[in-house]
Amino acid sequence: MDNTNGSLVRSHCVGTTAVVYASDYLNKLTGEKIERECRRQLDGGCHALVIDFSDTKLVNSIGISILLGIIDVAEKSGARIAFSEVNTQTVQLFEMLGLTRHVVLAKDEREALLVLTGFETTPIVH
Amino acid sequence: MEPSTQKLIHTFGALADLGQEIAGRGDFSEMVRTSMHLLLGTLALRRGAVAECVDEGAIRCVSVWGVGDQIFTDFSISEAEKQEFLTRNVSDFLVSTSASATAFVSRYRERLLEEGIELVLPMIVRDEVTGVVLLGRKASGEEVSPDDFETIRAMVRHIGVGIHTHRLLEQVAQRAEENRRLYEELRTIYSATVRAFAAAIDTKDKYTHGHSERVGRYSEIIARELGWSEAEVEGIQIAGYLHDVGKLVVDRDIINAPYNINAKESSELNRHPAAGYEILAPINHPYADIPLMAKYHHERLDGRGYPDGLVDEQIPIGAKIVSLADSFDAMTTDRPYRRRRSFEDVVRDLRENSGKQFDPKVVAAFARALLKEVNGQIKERRITKMLGKDYLQGENVPTLLSDLITDLTGAGSEVRSYK
Repeated sequence: MDNTNGSLVRSHCVGTTAVVYASDYLNKLTGEKIERECRRQLDGGCHALVIDFSDTKLVNSIGISILLGIIDVAEKSGARIAFSEVNTQTVQLFEMLGLTRHVVLAKDEREALLVLTGFETTPIVH
Repeated sequence: MEPSTQKLIHTFGALADLGQEIAGRGDFSEMVRTSMHLLLGTLALRRGAVAECVDEGAIRCVSVWGVGDQIFTDFSISEAEKQEFLTRNVSDFLVSTSASATAFVSRYRERLLEEGIELVLPMIVRDEVTGVVLLGRKASGEEVSPDDFETIRAMVRHIGVGIHTHRLLEQVAQRAEENRRLYEELRTIYSATVRAFAAAIDTKDKYTHGHSERVGRYSEIIARELGWSEAEVEGIQIAGYLHDVGKLVVDRDIINAPYNINAKESSELNRHPAAGYEILAPINHPYADIPLMAKYHHERLDGRGYPDGLVDEQIPIGAKIVSLADSFDAMTTDRPYRRRRSFEDVVRDLRENSGKQFDPKVVAAFARALLKEVNGQIKERRITKMLGKDYLQGENVPTLLSDLITDLTGAGSEVRSYK
């Protein structure tokens, strides 16, 4: 399932895992869109979330807060969560702030799906 | 990059964003919500809530994140608890510190812990507790360090000032709105009083019932056609209502004389513009030059008017407008000793006296306004209504007006050798 309408957040599902793509700068505006999309996917029955940061260069404080909110919602609904393709600087930030205690960090989307669901997928063009 | 450097950059970024958010003029709830996100995201705190103190110790929730929005239900804060917040150390605001915790924290400890709240901080503006901020655990699971406390306190202080400033601006806007409404009411009262006064002036002259009211309306229409501002239009309307106020000091028998008055009586009657000025000048009118418009409404462009025999440029434009409105109403209303003049006759008079008695620009503006009504270009037929439905009969009315406008717009400079 692709979703590019309305929220302008790209996402798709692999089984019961939703993959949501973060934009180049994770701030209030884009963060809230991602949060809405993650909630929508969880409400729709997804049991796991991958947030892909391959396009993301920067995450600010509001972005951190919103990601914590998504982690919170995922934990409350019993869903696992992974971040994929996070750049080095952002990994350091996530580690420093303790986000990595609550999510799996994966090299890329395929690895994230493998970790969360245990099966491989075909490469996704986006 | 060293973790400490990265933390510093992250914190500075958040402080800069917070300053921008607080200084903005956006929606209040959104400002608080964003500010709270910035605070939580700086230290990766997992939940938080902001509430402001309202009347009689009540606390009103402004924003929550990660906790239920009912968290502040039934919460209150006493004056003593507020005072305690001002004097205690920040470590006393930790919910888990049972021994030294403040009374407020102790009172709500159970509920706060249930919601995952670890820290309760007062928002303080000018030594006054204006609200409270509740914060949850750090995502890292670490305790809040002294450095973290400093960061939190600085950001909470900013948020407190932001909320306080927004509330002050709201109050200022509310008062400005109240003042605007009061001013509107005063203007309405002023206008109604002036109109009542105009009606009272007209009762002195038994032949000119409603004259001042009509002169006010004609003046307003002309000024509007000339492109005056709304305030100026209101001003000229008032001047029209009051132009004959000086008649109050003229003998009633002279005003009501059903015959041609003699020179002495005429001189007495001609006192009324100057007398009107004397009456109106001491009053602080909300519009400019009303006394002068009353004083000079019988002046003529050729200098043969009264009381001062002024010529063209010496006569205020407002007085020229009132003069035309006054004369037009006199020509188009019945008097006991004569019938009103036909419209054709009135137009002839206006043409002949433009540049002598009347300002051609003013006459042209009035003719344009009337032509718009006659042609149906404007729905509200105010002049037509004042003249009565039978007065403007005949197919030649638009032609008469068009010809007059054409003649006047090219004839202004021909009659300029006065006195």
